[in-house]
Amino acid sequence: MGIRCTAAVLAAKATGFFCRLTGKQGVTLAGKVALAVCPDILPQLSGQVRKKIFVTCGTNGKTTTNNMLASAIEAEGYKVVCNHTGSNMLNGVAAAFALSAKWYGKLDADYAVIEVDEASTRYVFPAIHPDYMLMTNLFRDQLDRYGEIDITMNILEEMIRTVPKMKLIINADDALSEFLAEDSGNRFVTYGISRPVIKGTANEIREGQFCKKCGTRLSYRFYHYSQLGDYSCPKCGFKRPVPKYDGYDVDVSDNISFCVENRRLSASYRGFYNVYNILAAYAAMRTARIPVEHFQKMLDGFHPENGRMEQFNYKDTRIILNLAKNPAGFNQNIASVMQDTSPKDIIIVINDNAQDGRDISWLWDVDFDAFGDSSINSITVSGIRCHDMRLRMKYVDIPALLEKDVETAVRKRAEDGVKNLYVLVNYTALFDTRNILKRLEDSKG
Amino acid sequence: MKITIGHLYPDLLNLYGDRGNIKCLEKRCEWRGIEAETIRFELNDKISFDNLDIVLLGGGSDREQMIVCTRLQEIREDFQQYVEDGGVVIAVCGGYQLLGHYYRTEQGEMKGLSLVDLYTEQGEGRLIGNVVLKSDLFDMPVTGFENHGGRTTLGNCRPLGKVISGFGNDGKSGYEGAVYKNVIGTYLHGPVLPKNPDLADYLIKKALERKYGKAVSLSPLDDTEEKEANAYIFERFAGKK
Repeated sequence: MGIRCTAAVLAAKATGFFCRLTGKQGVTLAGKVALAVCPDILPQLSGQVRKKIFVTCGTNGKTTTNNMLASAIEAEGYKVVCNHTGSNMLNGVAAAFALSAKWYGKLDADYAVIEVDEASTRYVFPAIHPDYMLMTNLFRDQLDRYGEIDITMNILEEMIRTVPKMKLIINADDALSEFLAEDSGNRFVTYGISRPVIKGTANEIREGQFCKKCGTRLSYRFYHYSQLGDYSCPKCGFKRPVPKYDGYDVDVSDNISFCVENRRLSASYRGFYNVYNILAAYAAMRTARIPVEHFQKMLDGFHPENGRMEQFNYKDTRIILNLAKNPAGFNQNIASVMQDTSPKDIIIVINDNAQDGRDISWLWDVDFDAFGDSSINSITVSGIRCHDMRLRMKYVDIPALLEKDVETAVRKRAEDGVKNLYVLVNYTALFDTRNILKRLEDSKG
Repeated sequence: MKITIGHLYPDLLNLYGDRGNIKCLEKRCEWRGIEAETIRFELNDKISFDNLDIVLLGGGSDREQMIVCTRLQEIREDFQQYVEDGGVVIAVCGGYQLLGHYYRTEQGEMKGLSLVDLYTEQGEGRLIGNVVLKSDLFDMPVTGFENHGGRTTLGNCRPLGKVISGFGNDGKSGYEGAVYKNVIGTYLHGPVLPKNPDLADYLIKKALERKYGKAVSLSPLDDTEEKEANAYIFERFAGKK
């Protein structure tokens, strides 16, 4: 343990502390400072992890799945390093390790469970050499940052190959993930759901409809949602494998409940995609041979938070905040909102900052038609690109109210006596909106 | 009146909200009581251009564009006849590049359709960002988003507009897009039509005039939302600094 590394840990902690004092998130900055003081900090600290290092990658569900896995391991009595806040680029990962270390640079952890942004695998993988990579799914996301999904897949495959010992845990229902795992040459295990659960919508945008191996159109026995489903290539024989961890008896009508390996798991939140998140975390535990005795107990106490169906109360209004940052995620969010059949109002906040992707054309790949339902009283559009969002709603024949400022939008709805308010936000809108909602909740209105 | 829109290979070319362009053409017809039908063509479908009034060619990934490119060579003659006969085409991003003679990259050359006299070569880095154009064809500025590695050079055709903000065809010439007969090619997505109602109406009007062989004047629509979304981009990127 070098003196530089100790200094880096101290600097990161001090930065994190001052940022919290001034009400800023500060995690990324703490990581940046740590790396500036000691560029070698990640290998130095991650090398001290006593057992195994997991990374979680994929387009949607990374933060929830990763945090769930960390909680599951902790529930079995281990110490875990985790980037809980979802800061998943190099700085965020460095911060997670530095802030978990003792001030003198010693890390006391059995496992590390680290979410990594796909493009950042380039910098993170060589520094921490993961033992396991948990993949959620691959959807289109932020085309201006990553280029096409093909480019993202190329980066991932290249990086996976640099860590041949790393075992992959992937979603068998996603043809793109399956191809990536097969093609990488690394060992992998699969999870999935073998029977249809809900009716997929017909006009969703689906990625990878053509076989990555031979270019032939894949045939599907059924779709779960987006391109997730039971696929096979009529020409070259590429097909969905029988998943090792198969979710069955899946019920998503109210809360979530399903079976895996003769064990029934249930959770008190909604959304089909959460079945995948739970299944993925479970599969990772089993693959790494970590006990799962307390897995259900962990689920009972686990709340995705961080703006994932997070609940707030202001005046007489129940507010549910949810992140929706790409078409696949947004469609799933809309489905979860519509599972609530009681009267409701909706605010949609769309920003176009660098982290959101400056290109907002993806809004047109989201199926907003379901919002025409009579249970929805009003839709307010907000955020930097509220004008574009209002125009998008015009195309599903829904006149939307325009209020650029999020706080004003929320206050107005609450003052109108709205009881049930959903706030759907994209990435950079999340942090600010969450702070606003917390502040409003604390003010007791 | 009725128009038929041919959406070419939406399974492969659907990268930047292209279906918003289809919705826009359909809705702007529907709002005026004009019937609009869209035919989605899959890769091996036979396309009868005689029945089409507007053809939309969207953008795809390089890999998907290559698949489409091979197929398009087989229908090139029919497509060219349609274009020369004044058929309306709106081609976006990758589709725009395919209109030209070729798209040359480090990996090789993709043969285009040579429907419009232009060619594209890969340049260093991608040109990404919001764009504002001034086009002679419309009063309103044209706004959208570009994201392309190719640099396009025009031959015997006009640009769609002058770049007020953004990169345009090649980041140097100061122009964006191409207009040839009733073909419009552009790097702009967003998607381009909803926020640029003048451009959408231009395509609809040309299509109706060609089909019915007479001058057509489209009834005005309430474009408040469209204008405000367009004006927001104009103000932010091309407004007085």
